[in-house]
Amino acid sequence: MSIRSHILLAAGAAAAILALTPAYAQETVKIGLILPMTGGQASTGKQIDNAVKLYMQQNGDTVAGKKIEVILKDDAAVPDNTKRLAQELIVNDKVNFIAGFGVTPAALAAAPLATQGKVPEIVMAAGTSIITERSPYIVRTSFTLAQSCTIIGDWAAKNGIKKVATLTSDYAPGNDALNFFKQNFTAGGGEIVEEVKVPLQNPDFAPFLQRMKDSKPDAVFVFVPAGQGGNFMKQYAERGLDKAGIKVIGPGDVMDDDLLNGMGDAALGTVTAHLYSAAHPSAANKEFVAAYKKAFNQRPGFMAVGGYDGIRLIYEALKKTGGKTDGDALIAAMKGMKWESPRGPISIDPETRDIVQNIYIRKVEKVDGELYNVEFATFEAVKDSGKTKK
Amino acid sequence: MTTLFTILFDGVAYGMLLFVLACGLAVTLGLMNFVNLAHGAFAMAGGYICAVLVNNSGWPFFAALPLAFVTAAAIGVLLERTLYRHLYTRSHLDQVLFTIGLTFMSVAAVDYIMGSSRIFIKLPAALEGQFDLFGVGVGRYRLMIIVICGLLTLALQLILSKTRFGSRLRAAVDDPRVASGLGINVPQVFAFTFAFGCGLAGLGGALSAEILGLDPYFPLKFMIYFLIVVTVGGSSSITGPFLASLLLGIGDVAGKYYVPKMGPFVIYTIMIVILIWRPNGLFGRAAAR
Repeated sequence: MSIRSHILLAAGAAAAILALTPAYAQETVKIGLILPMTGGQASTGKQIDNAVKLYMQQNGDTVAGKKIEVILKDDAAVPDNTKRLAQELIVNDKVNFIAGFGVTPAALAAAPLATQGKVPEIVMAAGTSIITERSPYIVRTSFTLAQSCTIIGDWAAKNGIKKVATLTSDYAPGNDALNFFKQNFTAGGGEIVEEVKVPLQNPDFAPFLQRMKDSKPDAVFVFVPAGQGGNFMKQYAERGLDKAGIKVIGPGDVMDDDLLNGMGDAALGTVTAHLYSAAHPSAANKEFVAAYKKAFNQRPGFMAVGGYDGIRLIYEALKKTGGKTDGDALIAAMKGMKWESPRGPISIDPETRDIVQNIYIRKVEKVDGELYNVEFATFEAVKDSGKTKK
Repeated sequence: MTTLFTILFDGVAYGMLLFVLACGLAVTLGLMNFVNLAHGAFAMAGGYICAVLVNNSGWPFFAALPLAFVTAAAIGVLLERTLYRHLYTRSHLDQVLFTIGLTFMSVAAVDYIMGSSRIFIKLPAALEGQFDLFGVGVGRYRLMIIVICGLLTLALQLILSKTRFGSRLRAAVDDPRVASGLGINVPQVFAFTFAFGCGLAGLGGALSAEILGLDPYFPLKFMIYFLIVVTVGGSSSITGPFLASLLLGIGDVAGKYYVPKMGPFVIYTIMIVILIWRPNGLFGRAAAR
């Protein structure tokens, strides 16, 4: 053969491979998973990444004849990064879903891209009410702050707590938490005796806690970013607020399962309202916790559950569309979907595409030498009450 | 009235903590004229070493504290001999760029090794809670901080002003050429001083974990506090940063208690007012070099 024919053969082979590639690509469903894997929110990212891996191990990586491929990107919870990564994923990698989003600004930054590209955006962590209103392609499997804060407000007013001092971090989620709590607690006849907003980067809670103590409330309502909860609880006990009979109440973020044991006995007796506890007494949860512990040598927290249900939602939607990856068809398939999650029964509200779930009132107790949030009351099928468009 | 004393007590404890954390920086910045923004990284190292020893290896807290000092100092010597000494004669901008780079590397390294969650050191039961002293709530842990930091300040002041090493250091700082002509081993003096400053930071890091919390972002989060202490205190002595720490500690705690809405700004307001009044800090002298 001449050199010329060699070249022709090579070109022919190359053309054949190129021609085959798109056919192969169509058999793959790509999920762009954007999470904070570094930075202050990294524990959120790690929990969700773990949960997604776990679900795919348990359920295989083929759905409706298609192979599922997850592309993980780290945005360090910086919205500019999120936007750039979402764009790259949608335009270059041609992903069929974008998912993850550790914080509200990150979820919002990706919203216009989801709308333009008609790509479903599955929010697995961020918790501000407005998120699902920013694009018809957003579906949420985590929670909203309004869900837990209104419930704890109602519960406190009905359970003998008359006077409450509030301590919340001075940023959007903190102010949301405060307002939703206040609205329901005062409507139920409660009184706010002291309202303190602490700076987000707050090193020492001592002066704020002293103020709480001096205002002599029945309970302190607290919402601080995950991580600071431990500092708060330790200093709360150091200052003897527990001995003064002042309870701690709040949404469950402060008492997340992956922080709880680090807080020590100071956390005992804290009552919070939340969507998930590793101690949730259902068969589905026992199985989930055992599998998670076995795979990652850690307890799953509520962020892990958000990720676990998020990937499940994607799997189920693909089953329903028969593997079709058209954005509108997928969103239509997700609306109204119901299943039994490790956290209990959940569904996707067909109107708001937000999650509807049980909110549990829990108390920190010692079980087998470890601290757990033990659930003792349930508010069923709670919708997000924080939507601006009714 | 008793509340006032409780606030004062908390403020003093917080100020003392700031002082131990920042005084190493006052030494390198003020005495050695070297801008070490990686100071917080040494504090973080001390904190993590103490936490690992106490939580994982079961060391008693009070045995782990000196080790936090020694290890942070050892890391200091190592870095000083290999990296820092090449930058003594370089411009302040080079020093800032180098040390801030080092800070980011330490953040990433600790994040990788220890994970990003905040950790706590398991304290002995004797240090937990408050006791009542004439109606004033005295936190046991905070009292311990005041005692340790008070003794340390006294020792530092004596070392600098009364010992042979102190005078050598001051000579080496004022004029390195003449000092080495007199037979003082200037690089050695600097290395030792730098290591001591890092050790203090390490001890401060270990002590502060309980109150400030410990995570990989520690050096970045508290850099501003170290700098404020040194700026307000002036950098020609130990007394300046000490009084500045107390003033800022009490101001910060009292501000947050009495005017919580203004809380975080009190410390900056104090700084601005002092710097307008005395641009070189409370005990500053006009720049020597």
